[in-house]
Amino acid sequence: MRKNVLFVVVMVMALMVSLFGVVSAAEYGGTLVFGRGSDAVRLDPADVTDGESVKVLTNVFEGLVAFKEGSTEVEPALATAWRVSNGGKTWEFKLREGVKFHDGTDFTADDVVFTFERQMYEDHPYHKGDFAYWGYMYSIVESVEKVNDYQVKINLSSPYAPFMYNLACFPAFIVSEDAMKEKGVDGFRTSPVGTGPFAFVNWEHGSQITLKANENYWGGRPYLDKVVFQVVPENTTRVMGLKGGDLDLIDNFGPQNVSSIQQDANLKLLSQPGMNVSYLAMNQLHKPFDNKLVRQAINWAIDKEALIESIYGDTAVPAKNPLPPTLWGYNNWINDYGYDPAKAKELLAKAGYPDGFTAELWYPNNPRPYMPDGKRVAQAMQSNLRDVGINVELVTYDWGTYLDKTENGEHDMALLGWIGDNGDPDNFIYVLLDSDNATIGSAGNIAFYNNYILHQILIQAQQTTEGKQVREGLYKAAQYIIHDDAPWVPVSHMNKFMGADTDVMGYTIHPTGQVFLKNTWIKK
Amino acid sequence: MLRYILKRLLFLIPVLVIMSFLIFGMIDLIPGDPAQMILGTHVTEETLAKAREEMGLNDPFFVRYGRFLADIFRLDLGESLMSRRSVWEMLGTKLPATLELSFFAMIFAVVVGLLAGVIAAWKQNTIMDYFSSLIALIGISMPIYWLGFMLILFFGVKLNILPTSGRMPAEINPDVLKTNFYLFESLFTGKWKIFWACVKHMVLPAVALGTIPMAIIARMTRSSLLEVLKQDYMRTARAKGLKFFDIFIHAIKNAAIPIVTVFGMQFGRFMGGAVLTESVFAWPGMGKWLLDGINTRDFPVVTGGALTVAFLFVFVNLLTDLTYTLLDPRIKY
Repeated sequence: MRKNVLFVVVMVMALMVSLFGVVSAAEYGGTLVFGRGSDAVRLDPADVTDGESVKVLTNVFEGLVAFKEGSTEVEPALATAWRVSNGGKTWEFKLREGVKFHDGTDFTADDVVFTFERQMYEDHPYHKGDFAYWGYMYSIVESVEKVNDYQVKINLSSPYAPFMYNLACFPAFIVSEDAMKEKGVDGFRTSPVGTGPFAFVNWEHGSQITLKANENYWGGRPYLDKVVFQVVPENTTRVMGLKGGDLDLIDNFGPQNVSSIQQDANLKLLSQPGMNVSYLAMNQLHKPFDNKLVRQAINWAIDKEALIESIYGDTAVPAKNPLPPTLWGYNNWINDYGYDPAKAKELLAKAGYPDGFTAELWYPNNPRPYMPDGKRVAQAMQSNLRDVGINVELVTYDWGTYLDKTENGEHDMALLGWIGDNGDPDNFIYVLLDSDNATIGSAGNIAFYNNYILHQILIQAQQTTEGKQVREGLYKAAQYIIHDDAPWVPVSHMNKFMGADTDVMGYTIHPTGQVFLKNTWIKK
Repeated sequence: MLRYILKRLLFLIPVLVIMSFLIFGMIDLIPGDPAQMILGTHVTEETLAKAREEMGLNDPFFVRYGRFLADIFRLDLGESLMSRRSVWEMLGTKLPATLELSFFAMIFAVVVGLLAGVIAAWKQNTIMDYFSSLIALIGISMPIYWLGFMLILFFGVKLNILPTSGRMPAEINPDVLKTNFYLFESLFTGKWKIFWACVKHMVLPAVALGTIPMAIIARMTRSSLLEVLKQDYMRTARAKGLKFFDIFIHAIKNAAIPIVTVFGMQFGRFMGGAVLTESVFAWPGMGKWLLDGINTRDFPVVTGGALTVAFLFVFVNLLTDLTYTLLDPRIKY
């Protein structure tokens, strides 16, 4: 009898699981309307810098490798396998066979060579545009060779491991050589042809861009029939569009609209810490910030949790590392300095400043994406520091001057931040904290922090050919050193928010801020 | 008459040249580097310098202005620095959107404004008069921004009977229409489904944009009708025992000139001035386009767009002046 009861229970549970399974299975069909603040500028992946263009491009095009869903790790895309040789200078890629562009032509090694060469050579007939990212991210490419139809070789001028992540970024998206030759660059940038999950249909400039499912996509047809990127400039209108059912998914609506979406039963709020960091840099060219104990004392003195809670609420998380937690290589074993004014005073006394000292604290006076209200952050820090005897004078300049002056190292302490480009830790730690970038006048490292061991580790991590695990280890070690040396007070990572209709399923915010819709579907 | 029109059209040329100098000079005075705007902050100095050279930003002011003027006389407005589209082609998509919106906003303003004004004048100092004057007062002091959001909130979200923004539902592929006059084209080619969808999208923005001119027209109609009604010939007409309707037609024709003036001025302003309404309702027209152009220092867009607006403004004024001759035979040019 007991056995029978158990049997029934198991059967009921199995039935429920299968029912639930049926309900949650992805469905094909439908149109998703994505509401955003402004239109794309151009749709030539090699020649854009604005996020709005990129949101469209990531659905129409693909690179040799691609970011995994929801993470900044890379996976095979148009390349199925690769091999790095010659001390990290030669990268060979085996290409996916049988892939077709949206115009029906075959994807081959020629398209890969074309994609890179038109950016590389100024006398190339299709080198028409600004190619802003080439010099910044790809100038180490020396040549790109076709080995055969489905194999290419990229030669670098020096070993550079983060290059793999650059290849997943939009400037390296493969364009159709035939289509560009047929349409010309001008025609291509208004009606692009790629291999991605969605094909371009139409662009009403300033209003909407329409894409349709690529029926022949090598990874399987996407669930949605159609995607419309609609421009709705006002945040408030965009939120009302979502509530009124005209839009299905929206972004960048500003922190003031977060709670109104959260409270609406027909909507859901998606959120994730973004690929950004804000920090207080302590300039080691100025006394007493050359003293590690002073820098650690300041870290102990600032009540970060309370600061974030009162100024940002749910819109940001406190930072303990220069890397955002969504990036691989993030060292979660590090224990952040807590809030302990007594300990701060003790360290100051040990450093020879028992009565504290006076210093300037600079803050940006215009809202930055990583720090919407620099002044309030500065004021909170000022009051915390006063409690341990450090008298801080708040200073600010207009944005252009602020950047110039901090790059020149004229500040004692300065608030600043960074938004990552390619999803590689190098793009944060090397750019912001390596001694290579502490040159007066053009410093990215405005703490003017100089640690030889850290430098060796970061260079090693750039040049190693031993793969990601080794690099991950190196970056974790780097974060221990940085934590102990305390060149910064890491402040916050702003959350990225999106609003969606409850029927929109399978969408996850990507840490890079890019929009991938191939696994998104609409529940009917 | 014809000579007058020709003279006015010729007069346009110096106006536009002066306008072009002012616009070009003013944009040059705003700080900000278009090359930096396009390329973003993560870019090497060399790339930036090359882009500046290519855009001709390094030349002295008068060289750039001269080049611009020469292009204008060849009717070449250049291409946008941002999107690299031809400014003519962009005008071809933005102007129809603005013209349609202005047209329907004006219809709303004239119908409601005239009605309110006539009622107020006819029933002067009654409750009807106070009521329509109150509506006019509210209309004139209402911030469009706020009104727009309230309209969307009420009709688009709460009642959910009208769309919240845009010109057409996302489901309709705009390629089925040949021009950017969505409403007019769908009406004249009998594409009723599209027409109806476009009408629904038009209602809220047209009401929001038309509210202020509606109020001005209402007040203008009231005061100028009252003026006319006091005239001797009106008393005579009434004494002769003319019917209400005949007197009204008589009066409105004489009261029309100030109303037409207001109409002309407001319509001219709409050509480039519906920035707020266009932003709130995501209407892809001239105002939003020019504003974006200014924000990104997109010289060709701003100069080309502003000159077109100036031209249309002067043109609408000319039409207004010509309308006077129809209304009042005593006016001759």
